[in-house]
Amino acid sequence: IFSATRGRKATEFQETKKTCLNYIQDALLQHQWQRAAEFMTNYLETLENTSAEKRMAAPEVIWRIGTEILCHHSKSSIEEFNYFAERMKNLGVKTYLKVCLEHVFHLLCNGLIDDAYQNLSLAEGWRYGEQTTAQDKELKLIQAYKGLLDYYNWAKKRKAVLELDGNFANSVEQEMHSFFRQAAVNLKEIIKIPGVWDPFVKCYVDLLEFYEDYEEVRQVLSEYAYNSKFPPNPNAHVYYYQFLKRQGESKKTLMSVLKILHEIVPSHELMLEYNAMLQKSKKRKNHRLGLEIIFTLLDFAGWKEYVKAWSCLAKQIKQILENKHLDWVTEEWNSRKDWWPAFHFSHYLAKRNWQENESLACEKALVAGILLGKGNFKSSSLLCDTLVLVPLKLSFQKYYEEAAS
Amino acid sequence: MEEEDTRDYSEPCVQCSVVNWGLTDEGRFYCKTCHNVIERTKEVLTSDVVPNTKIQSISRGFRKRKKIDKGWEWYVCEGFQYILKKQAEALQTLGVCPQMKDEILCNFWRCYLQKSKQAYCTTPVSYTSKALSISDVSTDVDSEPERISIHGLSSFSESDGDLQTENSFGYVSSIGKASARETASVCSGSVDGGSYLLKRKKGNLRMSMPMTLSFCYIALLWLREPVTLSDLLRFVIDGHIPYLNAFQYFPEEMKLYGVDLKIFRVESWPVYEDVHNKMFELATFLDLPRFPAITDSCFLHPNILCIKYLMEANLPDELHNWTCRVVKKINVGETDFLTLDPMNKSARKVKYDVLAAAIIIVVLKLLFLLDDQYEWLHANFAGKRNQKNKEGCLWFDFKKWYKTIKKSVDVEQKKLDEERARCLWKCEKPLFYSAKEKSVVFKKRQMVVNLQRQFGALSGSMQVAEKQSPSSFQLNWAEENTDVNCFHGHILEGVLQEKGNSLTAMNTKYWLCTVKLCNEKICGQLTHYKESDFPQSYQFVLNLFSFLLRVPASLIHEEVCLIEHKLFKTKLHRK
Repeated sequence: IFSATRGRKATEFQETKKTCLNYIQDALLQHQWQRAAEFMTNYLETLENTSAEKRMAAPEVIWRIGTEILCHHSKSSIEEFNYFAERMKNLGVKTYLKVCLEHVFHLLCNGLIDDAYQNLSLAEGWRYGEQTTAQDKELKLIQAYKGLLDYYNWAKKRKAVLELDGNFANSVEQEMHSFFRQAAVNLKEIIKIPGVWDPFVKCYVDLLEFYEDYEEVRQVLSEYAYNSKFPPNPNAHVYYYQFLKRQGESKKTLMSVLKILHEIVPSHELMLEYNAMLQKSKKRKNHRLGLEIIFTLLDFAGWKEYVKAWSCLAKQIKQILENKHLDWVTEEWNSRKDWWPAFHFSHYLAKRNWQENESLACEKALVAGILLGKGNFKSSSLLCDTLVLVPLKLSFQKYYEEAAS
Repeated sequence: MEEEDTRDYSEPCVQCSVVNWGLTDEGRFYCKTCHNVIERTKEVLTSDVVPNTKIQSISRGFRKRKKIDKGWEWYVCEGFQYILKKQAEALQTLGVCPQMKDEILCNFWRCYLQKSKQAYCTTPVSYTSKALSISDVSTDVDSEPERISIHGLSSFSESDGDLQTENSFGYVSSIGKASARETASVCSGSVDGGSYLLKRKKGNLRMSMPMTLSFCYIALLWLREPVTLSDLLRFVIDGHIPYLNAFQYFPEEMKLYGVDLKIFRVESWPVYEDVHNKMFELATFLDLPRFPAITDSCFLHPNILCIKYLMEANLPDELHNWTCRVVKKINVGETDFLTLDPMNKSARKVKYDVLAAAIIIVVLKLLFLLDDQYEWLHANFAGKRNQKNKEGCLWFDFKKWYKTIKKSVDVEQKKLDEERARCLWKCEKPLFYSAKEKSVVFKKRQMVVNLQRQFGALSGSMQVAEKQSPSSFQLNWAEENTDVNCFHGHILEGVLQEKGNSLTAMNTKYWLCTVKLCNEKICGQLTHYKESDFPQSYQFVLNLFSFLLRVPASLIHEEVCLIEHKLFKTKLHRK
């Protein structure tokens, strides 16, 4: 009888340990922490398994189960967790950094920032021959989180500096600067690696801006947003945009950044801002683009009840019609005329909107009137004006009914 | 320790041509046979006296057998002797008569040593002379705290013609003197650990951990003690008899490492069939005569064992008449059949417990058919009748019995499964293969102990459950617990009818478990049990006894098939 492990039959020791593990897993799923702990005492023997393969795999499993139990057990405490983490660190070189990192997370979640910082400092300096390269990822993460906590300390010092004055302020300021240096090094390193590093980026930018190294910020943020090696991340564009705005960049630059954001996330909340900029511009193509933006925005369910969006749309359509560009409206409406009525202008929605949000109802009615109106759009613009002047419930309902038929 | 120092020197003595060296007080070699002193002196080995294990240098090369810790030299059979001693003591605590340990097991063991040429034979010795204690005549092997003192033999062995009394102060021969040097590269605490597993001398029977139980069992069988093999194995698994980590009982100086682990470390529980087969091999190897007869007043006789199992299975006492009838019909109650005779190769090796269980199952099949229909129909009938007549004898109701048993056994099975999962396999004395491994292993053990303490504190209070004292009966029905139904007194009405002077079953049908038995040599077994081929009731009954006996259901099934083939022999042959 062969088992999966290299053709040797599993011993009863190994089988009972497997069963033990099943019991533990069941207990964990049912939140029976005491029972899980009980079987854990027996399962721990698997660390001394005769099969080298199983022995190697044991520390990770034990770590997972142990942390789960210790996080939830009523009699457990942070001291218990620390004790366990220290034991596990000594247990195997291969899991050392991973255990360190997760230990740090646990400490952070419990608000023990200083302890976490200490652990990170210790772990940061860990070297173990071949293992250092094997656990490179964990090491980088540890350095990154250390950078984050250095930033946190820097921020604390910064606050302190503002409150103190004189000699005290000087020494605190020195500390502040040293934290900055430590943080900057690590944060810069991690951001180089393709990935999603939002919190790290934000902190780094904050640091750099304080020391007025705007060039570096520009470099970092544009890399973060535009380097194709990095995974697509709307936040990166937002950060870049916000920075450029702070720097007082031209509208043209700002709009180009937001354009890319529009391509990634057409429903982004900044789209309204973008639209506003486009409307202010003198160029006709921008106005055209603006119409597209606002229509696309309302394609998304999240914006359905947003009054401002509707009012923008209404205003823009009116303006466009006045400027005799009804073909723009037709173009946009063509792809939407099949589904927008059911999506936005149903009888049920009309009633609900009127009950819950009058201004929303009004704006929508305006738009509906134009888009759904019989005949061509020309006359609709007149209709808009009249509708604005006669906001009566009955007429609205009647209007919807007529329009729908 | 002189024989260690002189072991490597194997030049024959000039005067008498014997290789039997000793050391004088000045450290010079002398021939122990003719007392000729030669020029050779003992080399000064500096590493001997250092107690600090870390300094055991590995750089000395493999010329000499390495000792990881200063300890005795010991042979594998010595280790087994310690284990057997402990096992016998445990059995004594459980109530087995002291004769078993002091006379029977002891003598069987000595006989084994002699037969396998590890002791009590005429080949020259490379054993320390300390081992000979000529004065000590007690038969108890266990009186010494030091090495084996090999004593005068008891009456049992004297009847054995091979032995010459002048050599009764046994010498332990090295198992091929050269082997000690050949296997010097194989690291082991024992002297012959490496060669023990390699040598495969024809006809020689090697000791192993399961074999220790075979030894115990033949001793028990010889004395006809009321312990079946399944009982014995159950006691072992429940921890009442040393087996797992039995090497803990070795004295401090007997260091266990390297290849010894393969011999003494236990990673699986003993298997019934394995121990049973080895027992027979052992009996043959020891050239034992016919065992004391198993008569119908013996515990192991199927008639008696059936009573026990009927009680445990909560079945009516009346069924006993039927089991006796079946026993008589197929002649399994005959003394000749039941008694173990190693000389008779063709005799079947009787599994007393499995046989008794199978007989009960066959009786149930005879009376209740167990085809998933007949027994339930009868049960409905019996149930209704019992409801009407609450006074008087209750009819045995299969359905009610099934529910009662299932409930209890499910609970017990669940407990058993959890117990198995909770079993701690490692002990305080960790095992390691080599010096390199030792520190890692010790460190790991310490780690595990620490973590066990931590999580143990977080466990429920049931951690501290005392080990229950073992009992022969696992399930008790007739006692305190009155809300649990006891079926012992129920009568077998509705399934029996009068026919002339005797009762027969109303049910005239019977289904055979198998029409044809397989060829053991080809298939390895006589039958193959596939659950889905059989009615649920049959599976249930089979599983019940499988649980009680802690053996696989297929083993009992095989026995059932064999009984049926004997019972319906004529009908089968007609076909």
